[in-house]
Amino acid sequence: MTTQVTGDEVDESMPPVHDDAPVQAYRVKSRKREAAETILPPLVLGVILIGCWYFVSYVVLDESRRFLLRPPHQVLKVGFLDWDNFSEILDGLWSSAKVALTGLTISIIVGFFLATIMSQAKVLERAIFPYMVMLQAIPILAIVPLIGFWWGFGQRSRIAVCVIISLFPIIVNTLFGLQSAARGQHDLFTLHHASRLTRLRKLMYPNALPAIFAGLRISAGLSVIGAIVGDFFFGQGDPGIGQLLRTYASRIQGEELLAAVIMSSALGVAVFLFFGWLQNVAIGKWHDSGGLGT
Amino acid sequence: METSTAALSFDNIGMVFPDGTRALHDVSFGVSKGEFVTIVGPSGCGKSTLLKIASGLLTQTSGEVSVDRGRIGYVFQDATLLDWRTVSGNVELFAELDGVPKQERRKLAQEAIMLVGLSGFESHYPKSLSGGMKMRASLARTLTLKPPLFLFDEPFGAVDEITREHLNDETQQLFQREGFAGLFITHSIGEAVFMSTRVLVMSARPGRIVAEFDVPFDYPRNPDLRFDPDFAKLSGEISLALRGGHS
Repeated sequence: MTTQVTGDEVDESMPPVHDDAPVQAYRVKSRKREAAETILPPLVLGVILIGCWYFVSYVVLDESRRFLLRPPHQVLKVGFLDWDNFSEILDGLWSSAKVALTGLTISIIVGFFLATIMSQAKVLERAIFPYMVMLQAIPILAIVPLIGFWWGFGQRSRIAVCVIISLFPIIVNTLFGLQSAARGQHDLFTLHHASRLTRLRKLMYPNALPAIFAGLRISAGLSVIGAIVGDFFFGQGDPGIGQLLRTYASRIQGEELLAAVIMSSALGVAVFLFFGWLQNVAIGKWHDSGGLGT
Repeated sequence: METSTAALSFDNIGMVFPDGTRALHDVSFGVSKGEFVTIVGPSGCGKSTLLKIASGLLTQTSGEVSVDRGRIGYVFQDATLLDWRTVSGNVELFAELDGVPKQERRKLAQEAIMLVGLSGFESHYPKSLSGGMKMRASLARTLTLKPPLFLFDEPFGAVDEITREHLNDETQQLFQREGFAGLFITHSIGEAVFMSTRVLVMSARPGRIVAEFDVPFDYPRNPDLRFDPDFAKLSGEISLALRGGHS
């Protein structure tokens, strides 16, 4: 589509619109070069870091203490390439992912609901907000016994941990987004006697989307952490990667331990990227600070 | 209503905000169909407050307003476009809120977009528009109402001088074509004289009307009018009155 306006495209009676053609990004750099510039720096740093890792494994640690940090190829061989070990890690990861996803879903539903009603009446915001801050401030460790009493020491308690730590960013960001529509935009709706619901649907929710996605990305990462932390306290049933980490640590299985750590981090990154992608698909067309790497 | 042709009339309007600020004092004037009245005044003198009172967004603390609030066109200082809607989505907004059927509001929007010279940009999002184009879209949105009364709250304050002159010229042409009653607020004297049939000068807070000037030039007004000696003379007189109102 052309973005140039010429005089004859416009209504005859109007003077030519030469003052304000939309700004077009200059494509000076080739795509290839741009990609290289994006990928190369972290790649180089990665190589350096692996070099350091080898240095610590072989030079800093003598052989008797090498179990503290196994060298990279050892981790790769035992942790990733040995299918028995790796499938165990993947199984753990999968059940942690399920817990995280369930917790996140509950947080999203509860968070949206609370943020919506808080946005509708200042009195509700004032009433609810302090308790949300309290919930956020509770150290998980402090309520582990309570959660255990109420929901047992299995799956349900792990989900509860996820909800507790991922709820707050969703509420805060959604509420902020709902309240951030400009005064003038609200005035437009007021002048046309828009109902509460119309205002919410056509102004406040769409306006809140960028903030909602920012909250989702934070909470998604937190829910993964919650699932792993939950494993440490509530290990019954079908525990996930957190329980595996404990087991490997207690058996001094350094390779598997490091592989499990890397995979849990990969899960967090995957979730983060997924929500970045979702954000780009949902609002990238009209909102600028889209997903990662754009 | 005082006269049958007045689209808007203020009668001894006073406005005191809850914090005690006296924004307006004893403001009286009317705007009739076919009139384009501009208020110039120092910033913070209560000009915008007057428009908010006219539209019903604020209620005055004394005096009377008579106006038909059914179809007021109100163009704000900011374009206040909705970022998630395309140009045509934005232009359709008012008709949509007023419950106009889809087919009809699409037609209204298309007409208005053509009128402000934004044809070809219907599917663009605001983020890819320049300041001047956003303002045009905002104007188009208001035009869909076909309002008998247009309120402009410093709509071209944020665009550059060249764009502003274009927009002034186009607004003047729209006024001529649509024949609405216009009340325009600005602190640019040149803008005021170029577009208006009448210019009112407002004093600093609390805002009062301290002078009134009839603008004698015929429409359509040529952009070169700005270099006319009579134009300069009138602008000078208004500037003088504006300075008087300051002290």
